[in-house]
Amino acid sequence: MISEVLPDFRYLDSNKEYVMVKSNTLPSGQTRIDNMEICGITKRFPGVLANDHIDFDVKSGEVHALLGENGAGKSTLMKILYGIYHPDEGEIFINQKPVTINSPMDAIKSGIGMIHQHFMLVQTLTVAENVALGLLSSRGLLTDLDRVSKRIIELADIYNLKIDPDAYIWQLSVGQQQRVEIIKALYRGAALLILDEPTAVLTPQEVEELFAIMRQMVKDGYALIFISHKLHEVIEISNRVTVLRNGKRISTHLTSETTKEDLARWMVGHDIEFITSHEKSNVGEVLLKLENVSCNSDNGRHGLSDVSLEIHSGEILGIAGVSGNCQLELAETITGMRKTTGGHIYLGPDEITGLAPGELTERMLSYIPEERMRDGVIRNFSVAENMILREHHKSPYSRSGFLRLKDISAHTDELIEQFQVKTPSQATLAKNLSGGNIQKLVLAREISRNPRAIIAAQPTRGLDIGASEYVRAQLLEQRKAGAAIMLISEDLDEIFALSDRIAVIYEGKIMDVLTCEEATRERVGLLMAGVHPKKKASA
Amino acid sequence: MISDLFSTTVIIGIISSGIRLATPYLYASLGETFSQRSGVLNLGVEGQMLMGAFAAFYVALKFGSLWGGVLAAILVGAVFGLAMAFVSNNLHAAQGISGIGFYLFGLGMSNLLFQKMIGTVETVQGFPKIYIPFLSDIPGIGEIFFSHNILVYIAFFLVPVAWFVLNKTTLGLKIRAVGENPDAADSLGVSVIRVRYFTVIFGGVMSALGGASLSIALLNVFQQNMTSGLGFIAVALVYFGGWRPWGILGGALLFSMVNSLQLWIQVLGIPIPSEIALMMPYILTILVLVVSTSKVRGPSALSKPFERGD
Repeated sequence: MISEVLPDFRYLDSNKEYVMVKSNTLPSGQTRIDNMEICGITKRFPGVLANDHIDFDVKSGEVHALLGENGAGKSTLMKILYGIYHPDEGEIFINQKPVTINSPMDAIKSGIGMIHQHFMLVQTLTVAENVALGLLSSRGLLTDLDRVSKRIIELADIYNLKIDPDAYIWQLSVGQQQRVEIIKALYRGAALLILDEPTAVLTPQEVEELFAIMRQMVKDGYALIFISHKLHEVIEISNRVTVLRNGKRISTHLTSETTKEDLARWMVGHDIEFITSHEKSNVGEVLLKLENVSCNSDNGRHGLSDVSLEIHSGEILGIAGVSGNCQLELAETITGMRKTTGGHIYLGPDEITGLAPGELTERMLSYIPEERMRDGVIRNFSVAENMILREHHKSPYSRSGFLRLKDISAHTDELIEQFQVKTPSQATLAKNLSGGNIQKLVLAREISRNPRAIIAAQPTRGLDIGASEYVRAQLLEQRKAGAAIMLISEDLDEIFALSDRIAVIYEGKIMDVLTCEEATRERVGLLMAGVHPKKKASA
Repeated sequence: MISDLFSTTVIIGIISSGIRLATPYLYASLGETFSQRSGVLNLGVEGQMLMGAFAAFYVALKFGSLWGGVLAAILVGAVFGLAMAFVSNNLHAAQGISGIGFYLFGLGMSNLLFQKMIGTVETVQGFPKIYIPFLSDIPGIGEIFFSHNILVYIAFFLVPVAWFVLNKTTLGLKIRAVGENPDAADSLGVSVIRVRYFTVIFGGVMSALGGASLSIALLNVFQQNMTSGLGFIAVALVYFGGWRPWGILGGALLFSMVNSLQLWIQVLGIPIPSEIALMMPYILTILVLVVSTSKVRGPSALSKPFERGD
């Protein structure tokens, strides 16, 4: 009975037309999942309704994108599907049959695989060991890595993934690690893959490669769920798109029938003006200058080496790079939190190499740190206390060692108003604010001093669209006011939207500095992967 | 006199007793290696050794069975390991502190039981030396390597076994994965808790055996706090050995040789204050850790309790 109601198997080709596929078997040998349906899933966390009666489905041969802001409930929903969380209400059907998924093991047995945003790989093990982990071995108690390796190579060949089974995970690039995750899922017989923000850590070229793999998999009959908050990627790769907001499903449409503006409106709940371009500002003298700066890194691998950069007054210099290429070291070196091992740093005409953060404060250098909860605020301090962290020892906030609470309070009120920080009161502890409001607090403290130079590290990471656009607008405002701004970001869209010039960092070295006109996504992408186009051409 | 140290007999004696003295370190450190590779720091090793030493000694003394003593040590070690596993896995206790708690408990408990159940200093006839035929007749080599009791041979035999289990079996793969990235292991259906129960109980058993090797094979007595810090050195050896069985073998031998040298210095009456001689292994511990820990990296999830989302 059930087999009779199975829909025809088909996939959407590049022209968005359905094509029939005869085989019931996927290239990995697994039987395909014709459709998977989630019905009325509800999940409550203390004080939060994370998923509110959500319906969602995915069919064999399509990419169904799940779009939403941070906290919209995407990850919760997928963790329920993968058995990590248990729903309070609702049901899951695979091929029209109800299934119970209590653990990742159950999900794997049902043919569901998940590529987590933070890879679930053991860095100190080899590819084959990672794949073999948790599986029964053909040799009983002994591992059978040779057999596993052979199968990995077979699977990798289907999608041209090129993976050495004997390589250690820590030796692989992020893109390669993601392929290991895909192989791991395929090895376990996944017919439905959940890809949780898979592009967040990739270079543009790696994104294209991933999309090519995804398109091939769809053609072969896999069902793919693609989670993202990047609109253009959703539009490029998905066949259908579902938007979540505040734990509710807002809409499900064929992607071809929606626009970027529609999707943004559904995501946020109101219209959003994107900062796409900005007028030229008056670029002045060089304010921040790095000359052959080097430093050590924490993990004992490469630190900064011979970094030379100049940022002018009224200019935003974007630092593009894949995560973990010494962006943190760069920010910390300039802001006095890390020792240099060589080179000189100048703020205006004065050398500031080796000065402590306190002295840099005096010289009007501001820092918007990447880890805002760790380096940006003190979690258990109130909003007011956090507001005056940098200048608490100075008039008018204190006199002869006593804090002047009235002035602090007035100052805080002013900034809360000016920077639209949503907080119940000045006395609220920083840890109780949302991510976006914590960032506004940091921004208020760092920017309201009218600094000469600003180091902004991942200033919009983890923020929703509204807060991100606000932060970006504030940075542009400071640029107009004549500050020299270094914008370190892993989000290329942000780099392109805000930067006057773009420097690309790779393994602690500056690969090149490009003007806006020179910088194409392809060119920047290659540099981010450590490939120097000119050198390559001449070689 | 100093020159006595360089006679062949003394050198052979030093090496031979060094090998014997490595035994308790080997048991305890190999057990602790399993525990730490799976992500659990067990600082209670010393307490488990004392309890194992007492249990083995008591059974050997009262029932005259050495193997019965070994079995008793295994049981006591397993019980202590189980308790440590429960506290660290289920109660998510801070492992450094709870380990010290178990040490103090073992120290006090073994002494209490000794006072109540034995009371006076007594000795047992420990495991006899087993002379391996032919090999033990080789001059020098024979005395150094092939004239020891069974617990010494077993300890050395366990080094390659531990290496094999960690690196060549599915269990070893799970242990290494759980200690490095428990979330990843969990996502693949490996029970993090079960693996850690196994390794911590195994670690308890091994520590207790290390204690037993003191009380019924090497010294053949039981005294209050007879391990005197040996268990803590065993923990340090795990770091020194880079969490690898062969490294631990090297570390254990280094320490036991220094210990042996120190004993011979006292025996030969060489004019170095005995306090200084006694300090040597401990000073070496600190020096070696200062030099070695900066280079090797331990399991990433070491001493972090595992908790799944939800």
